[in-house]
Amino acid sequence: MNRETLISVSLLAVGAIFIIGRVLFSEYGMGKAYVQAVEVRSSGSEEDLSWTKYESTTQRKYHEAVKKDPDQNDYQFSLSRTLGIWVAALFTLFILSFLYKDNPLYKIAESVVVGVSAAYWMVVGFWTTIVPNLLGKLSPGWIKSWAMPGLDTEAELLYLVPLVMGVMLLWRLAPQGTWISRWPLAFIIGTTAGIRLIGFLHADFLGQIRNTIMSLIVITPETGFDLWESVKNIIIVIGVLSSIVYFFFSIEHKGYVGKTAKLGIWFLMITFGAAFGYTVMGRIALLAIRIEFLLNDWLWLIDPSNIRI
Amino acid sequence: MYEFLKDLDKRWIFLLMFLCVTIPIYVIAKTGKSFPEVPTVLSEAVFQAVEDLGQGDPVLLSFDFDPASEGELGPMATAFVRHCAEKKVKMYFMALWPVGPQMIDDAIAKVIHSDFPSLVYGEDYVNLGFKPGNEGVIKVIVTDMRELYTTDDIGTSINDIPMMKNIHSVQDFDLVINVSAGYAGTKEWVQYGSTPYPDKIKIVAGCTGVQAPLLYPYIPNQLPGLLGAIKGAAEYEKLVIDKYGGNDPDPKYLEAKRRMGPQLVAHLLIILLIILANYIYFVEKKSGVSV
Repeated sequence: MNRETLISVSLLAVGAIFIIGRVLFSEYGMGKAYVQAVEVRSSGSEEDLSWTKYESTTQRKYHEAVKKDPDQNDYQFSLSRTLGIWVAALFTLFILSFLYKDNPLYKIAESVVVGVSAAYWMVVGFWTTIVPNLLGKLSPGWIKSWAMPGLDTEAELLYLVPLVMGVMLLWRLAPQGTWISRWPLAFIIGTTAGIRLIGFLHADFLGQIRNTIMSLIVITPETGFDLWESVKNIIIVIGVLSSIVYFFFSIEHKGYVGKTAKLGIWFLMITFGAAFGYTVMGRIALLAIRIEFLLNDWLWLIDPSNIRI
Repeated sequence: MYEFLKDLDKRWIFLLMFLCVTIPIYVIAKTGKSFPEVPTVLSEAVFQAVEDLGQGDPVLLSFDFDPASEGELGPMATAFVRHCAEKKVKMYFMALWPVGPQMIDDAIAKVIHSDFPSLVYGEDYVNLGFKPGNEGVIKVIVTDMRELYTTDDIGTSINDIPMMKNIHSVQDFDLVINVSAGYAGTKEWVQYGSTPYPDKIKIVAGCTGVQAPLLYPYIPNQLPGLLGAIKGAAEYEKLVIDKYGGNDPDPKYLEAKRRMGPQLVAHLLIILLIILANYIYFVEKKSGVSV
């Protein structure tokens, strides 16, 4: 057994012993989920309908309710949600195990994520696009009868156009005539480019020019000359102009142009540094929430929200 | 030291990072203490935008994120809902991301169901759910809400929801609050919302750290306030708690503040690693080793 395998096996063994010990020998165990039964009544319909909904609750509330009345049914242990916590925790560890080295557990987790995501997108696409935006527009009565009881619109035959284009797009999968899919694709590219062009032109190109037209000497009626606002505006204008000069390649970057371009590089570097700093903060936040999940929801080693006994 | 650092296995760095994040989380959770936060101008602008609203004013909350960024954006979403509930404004939730409705449900359960049970669905808040189409959705609803939203998230007709009576487009909202993890999100709301209708649509946002630098150019004309990453969330949490939290605030409203502890220690490690990496670079450059 080589050194890396020995470390992996040792870590797994220590982890397994710790978890088994915690599950079997700690007073309340770990990684359990509880639900509260809530009765929902519908007053809008002709019949008086009611059903029970299960909402997440805390371990503290569950034990307090059991202590008060051991036969109560309002608060219950939820096996499905408990399994959810355990699967989420184990998959988090599987994914993190890649940091040590590539391994079969990581591959399993990766494949499951890809498969589940694809299936999820397919289901979401059907229920949020095909049903309400296509079938619901073409035949609202039929959709209302089985899928969207609140649908209250008239049929719009114009939606036959996207239906036909959708079929044309799927023609790509047919053995012959795949060129037919290029027509709706061209339409999609054209409309997307048009919509986005206007958005960028208006909000970014023109908007940013307008945002850069600012007073270099700021004087306010309340405080008079505002030094810091003036300095801030001057830096913005110099930063924009020098960065633009850096990307202007029609003139050789020599003399004044070269020096201005160099200043532009400094501004760009500071921007990249700020972006990197923010990215680091974002990534650490993501790691922190996973570790918090493992310590809090799964292992019950911490309880920052004070929800457990 | 140079020899040791030169060939250091990167897995030691991963282990160090793990400890730098785990230990502060554990210590802060056990002691209940966290680092102080000083709100910046941008966080104060977001807070003030909500604070300026009156009772019953309509506010659109677009939660455009998913569980992958919940760690960063969840605390912001919670704080926004709490602030809106305290201000007694009418909350209209929507999402441009398919998992957004679950994020909305979480925030509603966490804040409204547990701490504001008197708020009535359909009268004080409504979940309009997810609509596919990214910026296309924004482009349509800025002029006609009913073109896309015929029902709410659970299938109730829009016409049967009392609080939808006077809402015809996004221009009817007094404020749009966007919590965004990427495309489609704050950038698209600025491009197709506040930029074409600067006098009618006002947007404030909370976003992930990766997005924040891309949104700074829109401040303040197109985007009056922005909460950048977990730091922005912690600052906003502090402002909301200072005003509405009382002496013993519920720990669920202090999530972002708690998560700033691991941020501090992990950032110190990153700074140390950058210094050490530069030290190796300059030593190798001086000794003529190809770098």
